[in-house]
Amino acid sequence: MSNDKKIIYVDNNATTAVDPLVFEAMKPFLTEMYANPSSIHTFGGQVAKYIEVARESVASLIGANPKEIIFTSCGTESDSSAIYSALHLCPKKKKVVVSKVEHPAIIALGQELVRRGYKVEEAPVDSHGRIDMERLEELIDDDTAVVSIMWANNETGNIYPVEKIAKIAKKHGALFHTDAVQAVGKIDINLAESDIDMLSLSGHKLHAPKGVGALYVKRGVRFRPFLAGGHQERSRRAGTENVPSIVALGKACELARTYMKYENTHIKALRDKLEKNLLANIKSTKVNGDIENRLPNTTNISFEFIEGESILILLDRLGICASSGSACTTGSLEPSHVLRAMGVPYTAAHGAIRFSFSRYNTEAEVDYIIEQMPAIIERLRAISPFWEG
Amino acid sequence: MWDYTNKVMDHFLDPKNVGEVENADAVGDVGNMTCGDALRLSLKIEDNVIVDAKFKTFGCASAIASSSALTEIVKGMTIEEAEKITNQDIVKILGDLPEEKMHCSVMGMEALQAAIADYRGEEASDDDDDHEGRIVCTCFGVTDVKIRKVAKENKLHDAEEVTNYCKAGGGCGGCLDDIQSILDGVWREESKTPVSTGKEMSIVQKVMKIQEVLDKEITPLLEQDGGGIELIDVVGDVVKVKLRGRCAVCPTSHITMQHTVQDKLREFVLPSIEVEEVK
Ligand SMILES: Cc1ncc(COP(=O)(O)O)c(C=O)c1O
Ligand code: FES
Repeated sequence: MSNDKKIIYVDNNATTAVDPLVFEAMKPFLTEMYANPSSIHTFGGQVAKYIEVARESVASLIGANPKEIIFTSCGTESDSSAIYSALHLCPKKKKVVVSKVEHPAIIALGQELVRRGYKVEEAPVDSHGRIDMERLEELIDDDTAVVSIMWANNETGNIYPVEKIAKIAKKHGALFHTDAVQAVGKIDINLAESDIDMLSLSGHKLHAPKGVGALYVKRGVRFRPFLAGGHQERSRRAGTENVPSIVALGKACELARTYMKYENTHIKALRDKLEKNLLANIKSTKVNGDIENRLPNTTNISFEFIEGESILILLDRLGICASSGSACTTGSLEPSHVLRAMGVPYTAAHGAIRFSFSRYNTEAEVDYIIEQMPAIIERLRAISPFWEG
Repeated sequence: MWDYTNKVMDHFLDPKNVGEVENADAVGDVGNMTCGDALRLSLKIEDNVIVDAKFKTFGCASAIASSSALTEIVKGMTIEEAEKITNQDIVKILGDLPEEKMHCSVMGMEALQAAIADYRGEEASDDDDDHEGRIVCTCFGVTDVKIRKVAKENKLHDAEEVTNYCKAGGGCGGCLDDIQSILDGVWREESKTPVSTGKEMSIVQKVMKIQEVLDKEITPLLEQDGGGIELIDVVGDVVKVKLRGRCAVCPTSHITMQHTVQDKLREFVLPSIEVEEVK
């Protein structure tokens, strides 16, 4: 990259910067500590110990027991492993219940399951993206093998009542899985007294590298491995361990615990300041999501009558990295399935911009965005045939 | 992030002819909010010539750039010339567009056609198409007529390519098989009636081709003698050029014209070309 322009990175729900301390922790495992943790020699055994340290750290961030943690290659793998395992272990049950606002790691998996003959029900959400709990409860029945509802939504930041839903699932004898990729590290999670059976998390959303994740499987819940192969991870996840990244994930979870308060005070304050000012200074804007139950770092704002990609490109020229629910940015032709499920009108869905913060953001950055945004929006609205001033 | 050309970025960042022409003689409205892009083109027309063109666009960077390029292209054209513009002319002005963004250039062409139809007091041709044809893609309301048109103009053979050019197939995907059989039909017919190249060229394609031949084939020859040449205008098949440098004062310039310029243009562009020297 040849960019000496200062970058203002407010796209932390897409991925995060690796914390320098995390990088330091993983470095030796890319260089001198390269042994295979399964090897019988002392060299291998030493490396294996660090995996267990990482496992304890991950477990402790979510109030779990280290034995309940399986390292995987990413959040997506964790999601797939959880759902396929549940289906294998309840061969008589043919139904999966999810929500309409799940990440593609679940939505596309659901579509694949339909092709394989399963029935997949998607619970609807209201205009704030809140799950229709009555409808959800109707959908969960005794034929349901597994219910999977995300803990927090990547686009809006909405937090879902997963503990409550886990209880409903349990009542019907279904397993409950939650994609907590966006929640882990941002809000308190304690699985010690929980009915949640399985939970997915991913390293790159909490300042560990990309390509490492974990799946929590509650003790007593049976699990069938996704990959066939060696005996790694107590025969639950075959494949030689990605040791450097696992160590990194451990370190990142340890740091996340120390930053938890900061996340919910300082980072939240940055988000709130940005949101408040953009809404106050720019006409025809609104927040998408459930203001009362949101991640502290995320805001999703619709700038009506203009299109998101244009906004992002103008922001990008100022070094500001955000993302959009617009169709145009991805090459798909329809705007975000999350905003559509919420019934956000097309006038607003195409111009939805997500800002997501991390501990590396500063108030000066927020002030800069607040200063620059009105002109960008005005400029595009002046070109828009739908904008009437 | 898309890999936009500098031209696309220039037209996006500094769009030409934004707004609406006052007392427009023709307006073309295409697209809508649901589709994610929309374009209103307004034209001022005098003596059959487009003297002014302005646009307003809702859409991504390439939609805005395509609209801006379109207004630049059509200014000064006669209605008949403008009618021949295709989306490829817009793409050429922009250097290139990512495949997935080709529908932005198609929207430009459609707005122009709608405006011309409006000028002539016809129903907007876009609607016309839609009434004539059968809706193939219900997600985006695209007819077989339109699919055939973009397929022919852009030499598309796969249903997925059609999605890039006019969105059809990009929603639920349920119509992709149907689109593919329409394409197969188009190319079966086409292979029976070979097209003569050249005659199908739009005015913009023609001008660009002529300029290219002037730059690559003719200028190097003239430069050997310390001369040069400049393209002044193209009216139908008549190419008006001005000789420069030594050529301009050469007593045998008409021979240069005849043998070098006209012959090369006839060879590389169109056999029917006539060259006229502007003094
Ligand atoms: C909610 C959610 N689930 C799953 C994933 C996928 O995680 P990964 O990229 O590690 O596969 C993401 C990341 O984009 C996410 O936001
Ligand atoms: S009908 Fe064409 S994409 Fe749905």
